[in-house]
Amino acid sequence: MATPQPPGGRLRLGPSPAMAWLFLAPALILLAAWMVYPIIYSIFRSLHDSGGNTFVGLANYGAIFSDPATLITIRNNIIWVVVAPLVVTVLGLIFAVLTERIRWATAFKLVLFMPMAVSLLAAGVIFRLVYEQSPDKGVANAIITTVQSVFSGDQGYPGARPRENEAAPAALQNGAVVTKQPAQPGQPALIPLVGLSPDAVAGFPAAAAPAAGPGLSGTIWIDTVRGGGGTVNQIDPQERGLAGVTVEALEGDTVRATTETEANGSFRFEELTSGSYTLRLPQSNFAAAFGGVTWLGPALITPAIIGAYIWVWAGFAMVLIAAGLSAIPRDALEAARIDGATEWQVFRKITVPLLSPVLLVVFVTMIINVLKVFDLVFIIAPGSVQPDANVVALEMWRVSFGGGGNQGMGSALAIFLLLLVLPFMFFNIRRFRRDER
Amino acid sequence: MSETTIQRGPAGRLIDRIGGGVLQVVLILVALFWLVPTLGLLVVSLRRETDNNSSGWWTLFAKPAQLTLENYGNLIASGFSASFWNTVLITVPATLLVIGIAATAAYAFAWIEFPGRDALFLVVIALLVVPVQIALIPIAKMYGALGIFGSVAGVVLFHVAFGLPFAIFLLRNFFAGIPRELLEASRMDGAPEWRIFVTVVFPLAKPAIASLGIFQFLWVWNDLLVALVYADTENQPMTKALQSQMRQFGTNVDILAPGAFLSLIIPLVLFFAFQRYFVQGLLAGSVK
Repeated sequence: MATPQPPGGRLRLGPSPAMAWLFLAPALILLAAWMVYPIIYSIFRSLHDSGGNTFVGLANYGAIFSDPATLITIRNNIIWVVVAPLVVTVLGLIFAVLTERIRWATAFKLVLFMPMAVSLLAAGVIFRLVYEQSPDKGVANAIITTVQSVFSGDQGYPGARPRENEAAPAALQNGAVVTKQPAQPGQPALIPLVGLSPDAVAGFPAAAAPAAGPGLSGTIWIDTVRGGGGTVNQIDPQERGLAGVTVEALEGDTVRATTETEANGSFRFEELTSGSYTLRLPQSNFAAAFGGVTWLGPALITPAIIGAYIWVWAGFAMVLIAAGLSAIPRDALEAARIDGATEWQVFRKITVPLLSPVLLVVFVTMIINVLKVFDLVFIIAPGSVQPDANVVALEMWRVSFGGGGNQGMGSALAIFLLLLVLPFMFFNIRRFRRDER
Repeated sequence: MSETTIQRGPAGRLIDRIGGGVLQVVLILVALFWLVPTLGLLVVSLRRETDNNSSGWWTLFAKPAQLTLENYGNLIASGFSASFWNTVLITVPATLLVIGIAATAAYAFAWIEFPGRDALFLVVIALLVVPVQIALIPIAKMYGALGIFGSVAGVVLFHVAFGLPFAIFLLRNFFAGIPRELLEASRMDGAPEWRIFVTVVFPLAKPAIASLGIFQFLWVWNDLLVALVYADTENQPMTKALQSQMRQFGTNVDILAPGAFLSLIIPLVLFFAFQRYFVQGLLAGSVK
């Protein structure tokens, strides 16, 4: 369909507008039928009930803001929008600035950027594995429990307790083990415990009475023998001492001294040479070993999923910000440094202001993206916790296709989502018109 | 950094050196943070279910003999390859169609004058942020009427339509940067418009088309939501096939881990091969 050239004419070059419409037709048809028409239809549909035949006005929208379940959904969306874009942008900025100072910046960027290529479903599976509850399966809890046991020393002895009878020298009091009779220096206190099987303590050193010496002393041990036998409330040769138990010496209600038992279960307060004390083994000695964080429980599920989201998107922010950073004139930074500005001042007063357009774009892109978050929540939150992790985009699918069967409500949620991104639509248009000028 | 250290005394240099060391360590830790989760998926996918249940994947480094391709064999034997082909069957046409349709439209926006051009392009920009959710219900109704609900064609068309705003935006901005003289010369020679498009603009736009191609490919390959709504079980891509196994995550790790890894290996290879175009597309699409 070549345009005929008028003989000798110096008409405007280029084809007729008709040609333009021909070129545009496939795209416009698809955009009109798949995007514009659905917006109009969804508005109409959102004003009707689940069957679609009864006009209900704004009732579906009212339900969004009155149903407790959707209110949780909206609350979660607010948490997402407040936390995720900010963290992603700040991390991106930090990484972009720091990578300027290392030689392996390209490799670093590639590693951080890689999750962008991975489907959110795969990312979801990846993080389900990371967040597994058992420290023997989930790497997050494996790291946390390891760090925890390094810093807090030996774990406690859950289950260990005194015998519950008159003759027992100590008794439970609010979870702590407390001696019934006051203990005096020079007369070693015996605190026998039970509740741990002889097998469980078989590897421990044998219990022993404290060596002779000054000060208040005593022994804490498991007063049972494998296969029975042994004298109750006395240290028998096969019985095992409890190491690392915290012991407090109390005068009235005041703690006068604190110590820990040795490997054989004995302890000594060298500074307490006279007086009479109650001995207390605080509850922390008997707390269950720390089993890790319940990432996928109702309380932490949203932060946990946001963590996965940051893993996916931080590289995106970093790459965009790094590109902006490389466009900043080096002279400006150098001039400031020569004038004696510290690195922090250069960063605060020059780098960040010059980067602000890029930072804004990254931030806005992230907000739009966060509002639509669906896959990660759907995949990472286990079925029973999904109501606690729910977001608008997921609720829209659930209510219309995932068993809810209410397309009136689904349409209202879709329109609600569209309204949420509307300000950013205008932001994009304004930015484009400014750039074109 | 090297220029600034010149002006500092020995003490300053020492502080820089220590700071540099700390920085290296911190960034190595960050990189590990980003690598370990994916590494974990790979190792889990290569261990037997009983091994995964009894110990963490990181214990592998103590006993590397545990690795096996058994899970992958079982997965393929269970018919997972069908969903792999469905993914290909959806992704390739959806990518090619977007490139073709968006390129012609972008050409019109960039190089043909017609009334209402600027307003229409603003509409395209406005459509950039429209969430997929808005179309799920109306298009399901439309597909039902057309008889393509559940088919590959329906999924493809949906992806094409929702890929168009970004594609047109990206290509139009690139086309607009092509020197006017190149086109005018061809037009003076009387070349028909479609030939200018094919022989002049399209070859020049290869980098932009590569960017768009990789974006659209990743977007469609990785999609779950559209497939979830519109693809029947027999036409379902990998993402939907895997999602249906999520309900019993604990007992299905031997399916989910290798499946997820298979689903991400092709995007990853493409990403590493074309990362330059990927970054360019990102910059053109967002920062411009």
